[in-house]
Amino acid sequence: MRGDHRSAIVAIHAALIAALVCLQVVVPPFHHMLLARIMVLAAYAIGYNLLLGYTGLMSLGHAMFFAAGMYGAGLPLFYLGVGAPEALLLGIAASLVLAVVIGALTLRTSGASFLIVTLMFAQVFYLSTLYFNRITLGDQGFVLAGHLPPISLGALRVTLSEPVVRYNLALATFAVCLGISLWLVGSPIGRVLVAIRENEDRTRMLGYNTFAYKLLALTISAAIAGFSGSVYAVITSYVGASFAAILYSIYPLVWTLLGGSGTALGPFVGTAVMTYTIETASRFTSSYLIVVGVILVALVMRFPSGIVGALRQRWVPWLP
Amino acid sequence: MTLEGRLVLALLEGAVTGCILALTALGLSMVFGVMRIVNVAHGEFFMLGAVSAWYITSTTSSFGLALVAAPIFVAGVAALVNWVILRPIRYEPQATIVATIGLLYILQQLVLSIYGPYARTVSPPFYIRIDFPWFGYSGYKLAVAGLAAALLWATWRVVSATTLGLYMRATQQDQEIAQAFGVPVHRIFGVAFSLGAALAGLAGALIIPTQPAHYLMGLDALLASFTVVIVGGLGSLGGTVAAAFLIGLSDGIVSVFFSPTLARIVSTALVALVLVVKSGGLFGAESA
Repeated sequence: MRGDHRSAIVAIHAALIAALVCLQVVVPPFHHMLLARIMVLAAYAIGYNLLLGYTGLMSLGHAMFFAAGMYGAGLPLFYLGVGAPEALLLGIAASLVLAVVIGALTLRTSGASFLIVTLMFAQVFYLSTLYFNRITLGDQGFVLAGHLPPISLGALRVTLSEPVVRYNLALATFAVCLGISLWLVGSPIGRVLVAIRENEDRTRMLGYNTFAYKLLALTISAAIAGFSGSVYAVITSYVGASFAAILYSIYPLVWTLLGGSGTALGPFVGTAVMTYTIETASRFTSSYLIVVGVILVALVMRFPSGIVGALRQRWVPWLP
Repeated sequence: MTLEGRLVLALLEGAVTGCILALTALGLSMVFGVMRIVNVAHGEFFMLGAVSAWYITSTTSSFGLALVAAPIFVAGVAALVNWVILRPIRYEPQATIVATIGLLYILQQLVLSIYGPYARTVSPPFYIRIDFPWFGYSGYKLAVAGLAAALLWATWRVVSATTLGLYMRATQQDQEIAQAFGVPVHRIFGVAFSLGAALAGLAGALIIPTQPAHYLMGLDALLASFTVVIVGGLGSLGGTVAAAFLIGLSDGIVSVFFSPTLARIVSTALVALVLVVKSGGLFGAESA
């Protein structure tokens, strides 16, 4: 991050958060809910971008971490009746532990092998959610409504099923993840990650333990995925196996590339554009996934740097 | 059924699965070996072969014609994909993966729109019951295994004994030096991609008398092919065939004796661990 633009960078991101705070008062209910979902999914994409955009590792197994957060928060809520804050922490912890184990294994490979191995471990996780369907209720999933006790903040009692609460929980999640990502990318750790992306051998030669840095990047990325997964479960009050399926590994890839991989705002822009495109397309056709396919192909062929990436190339080279 | 009976059935089923799996995975392995790219849409070529074979059989009522025409159709689609998408992005590995993921959804949804969400099967071209002491077995399945084995042999002959095969092996070993010696590397890429797709398409066509064609069948084929190619060693054709039989047989045994889902969980995890420990695969070179 260049010092002379630091205040501009902070201003842009603060402006985005402020705009999202204000938007909730004006948008109609349908878009209110959609925006809440977009913010949580954008947080997921921010986590993915840390790995793909800044460290140069392409994973096809992130749905495992998203779903681990979802089940990690959802199962205790559903069966043990814990409170929502504890459930969110359990969700993050679940994906964090999984990330350390899976990361230590998968990061021994690189390139195409890393992609295939992450895909296969995610498939194991997905099949397990189906296999243990007596607990997870498999494909059908379970609904959390009625299992979300209100939270007491001093004198204030907050009910999670209220749209205002859901929206602001989503907003807070997004803001926290955006903040973590901005801080990390600007820090010396982030510079090492970018160095690994550009040339891993040279970074290792400079004396950095690249394996440890990659594992750190994967763990943070997965923890953010788990965080957004658990919040997603709470705000939609639904947990199901479809979120562990391969499509939810491919979505963050699409969102990140569409917005611009290796840019701080790219994941949010990509998620918002994509979600609204799919929402519009699915009104006209049931085979909306073709939109996902066409966008992916068009991106790599015509627009490899994505929306924010193109902005950075043309007009604002200092964008993080 | 007695224990020997179940075991024989498991081995037979496993051998037939292994043959089909070898045919499907061989294409993926060839594309990876020669072009150094991972074709995530490979399973969709398998699906396209099955669906188009169903269409040809039901309109001309000739399954034999379908077995010839479906792979040619799939090879044509692959040639088009190579020309329109892969060549312009210069086979850059990461871009290719993203593009073929996109292609996966495009093909899947096009088939859904045109063919519909049905699972359709055709009747086998002949009914012969081969009697074993314990059970009768479909003669068609054994014929499929025989035909697949013949095709594997033919592919091996093409790779090892023709000029095209020589060019493919040269490209696989060192693209730049092959080019310097006058090998038309980009044309070889196109041929390898179409040939790989045709093999998957043929495998898809061969199975529809035993297993229905459906627009979502590609993903399972892709994951199975990944498994085989990893165990066999990325890009090694002999290893691919050996691994296909190994996995086909173990899948047959485990599915007959245990739960299929549990079998898939365990086998997928084991295969992922193989790749973690030995990045070139069991039969492959150490660096891939």
